[in-house]
Amino acid sequence: MTLLSTRGLTKQYAGLTAVNNVDFSLPQGQIRAIIGPNGAGKSTFVGMLSGKIISTSGTVTFNGKDVTELPAHKRIGLGMAYTFQITSIFSNLSVHENVALAARRVNQKTDSISVNQRVADALDRVNLSDRHEQIAGDLSYGHQRLLEIAMGLAQSPSLFILDEPTQGLSAEEIESFITLMKSLAGDTTILLIEHNMDVVMATADLITVLNFGEVLAEGTPQEIRANDDVQAAYLGIANA
Amino acid sequence: MSTSSNTKLKALGLHLSIIAVLAVSFLVLPEYHSGIIARVLILAIYAMGYNLLFGYTGLLSLGHALFFASGMYGLGLAMQYLNAPPLVGLIAGLGFAAFVSAVIGFLALRTTGVAFMIVTLMFAQAGYLTILLMGEYTRGDEGFVIKQSQRMIAGFDLSHATNRYFVSVFLFGFCLLIIGWIVQSGFGKTLVAIRENEERARMLGYNVQLHKWIAVVISGTMSGAAGAAYALLFGYVGGTFATVQYSIFPLLYVLLGGAGTTIGPLIGALFMFYLIDISSEFTSAYLLVAGVALILLTLFAPQGIAGMLRKRVIRWLP
Repeated sequence: MTLLSTRGLTKQYAGLTAVNNVDFSLPQGQIRAIIGPNGAGKSTFVGMLSGKIISTSGTVTFNGKDVTELPAHKRIGLGMAYTFQITSIFSNLSVHENVALAARRVNQKTDSISVNQRVADALDRVNLSDRHEQIAGDLSYGHQRLLEIAMGLAQSPSLFILDEPTQGLSAEEIESFITLMKSLAGDTTILLIEHNMDVVMATADLITVLNFGEVLAEGTPQEIRANDDVQAAYLGIANA
Repeated sequence: MSTSSNTKLKALGLHLSIIAVLAVSFLVLPEYHSGIIARVLILAIYAMGYNLLFGYTGLLSLGHALFFASGMYGLGLAMQYLNAPPLVGLIAGLGFAAFVSAVIGFLALRTTGVAFMIVTLMFAQAGYLTILLMGEYTRGDEGFVIKQSQRMIAGFDLSHATNRYFVSVFLFGFCLLIIGWIVQSGFGKTLVAIRENEERARMLGYNVQLHKWIAVVISGTMSGAAGAAYALLFGYVGGTFATVQYSIFPLLYVLLGGAGTTIGPLIGALFMFYLIDISSEFTSAYLLVAGVALILLTLFAPQGIAGMLRKRVIRWLP
């Protein structure tokens, strides 16, 4: 079953077409990576999926519902979670409160699990469970990235959009991130923008390559790895 | 987690102690000072309403005098021209302030930042001019007096100094507990989230615009409650209370006392009132003293008095 799809999704910034006529389809339970060089339109594309960026034309369908006209908070309310490329947390609030803010919104609809339980679970999964009371702004950059991921996890989303989640993480943290993503697979559909090819190859079921705002290729990691155009242009010799 | 319910209990304890201290103070305070405190408490209600929007939600309004005056005139006009009893007048004041803040909030929240400040300032000016324009009823600048005979609730004389003191303590305490409850609720914490990082709050699925609007309505209604209480307890209704000056006062109180703290507005209002009261005994340049005190505080304690306490000593301060 398709969880998310787009038809002719386009974003123009005063003459510059950042995303051009993208048809995209994401089945339930898949881990999909979006790759492409800087300026390919990856962040703009997922921004339009979550409603953070308003599209110029085209449609977004989520869970069988046309959400094109819905503002961001309503799409999030339908079960999307979004982590920012540039870390965006509540720096002056505690780590616990950061995640609690994410959990509380979900619990407005259902409180099968208590907010504190959700917070504890989410922080546990990213190995920050010993830092509940720390002020979020005092965390190291890598830990702030993990906190951001925990804020997504606490929402138990059906679609989890992560914009460059491993940027700034240590090798060890990247390892546990990969494990985390694999453990989510099946229940949660994951859309991952990622520069780190090791992460992409280790986690993604399918890869979509964007270039100049258009879909250049789509396929399994093996297919993308073997694709001459993609290999030459985006993966570089070191990763080939 | 037990820490959060612990904090709630501590905060409740603090608020109840403050109310108790205020009530007991009447026995030891000379009459002159209990008169001042009664007035300060009503202004502190005004500042608490303001603080919910400015301190907790991060929206700086320069037009709250309009809400204060709405409450004041809502009560005053109902009592003066419709012969409404005090409680009905109070409801009229609250209702009118809620209505005005709902409309102004809806319009002003289309803007953000500096534009929001200017738009609220302009609405308040328009409100003030409306009061002058309708001078036949509002008595404009000179205002009107609510007769002592009207300021009675079942034989209880609100103009009497003792009664006035305890009614102010009661109203202040009631509002303090409401504010304490709001800011520790999920709703209040969402307001803080909006203040801290609006975009992130939106991308966590919160309807930021709706939350801001509700904050304006609660803030405006509480400011209006202060205006209505002021008219009822001190028996005067006038256009002066709708001037820019009265929009600036709560901002000063909150900045001095500590924005985003429940007790900051009271501390700020007390501090400012006594600073002017005491310095005016010595010099006619008392506003200069107030100005210097403000500059010193912004230089050395930009979070205000309660804000500094929270940072240095009492981390759990609500």
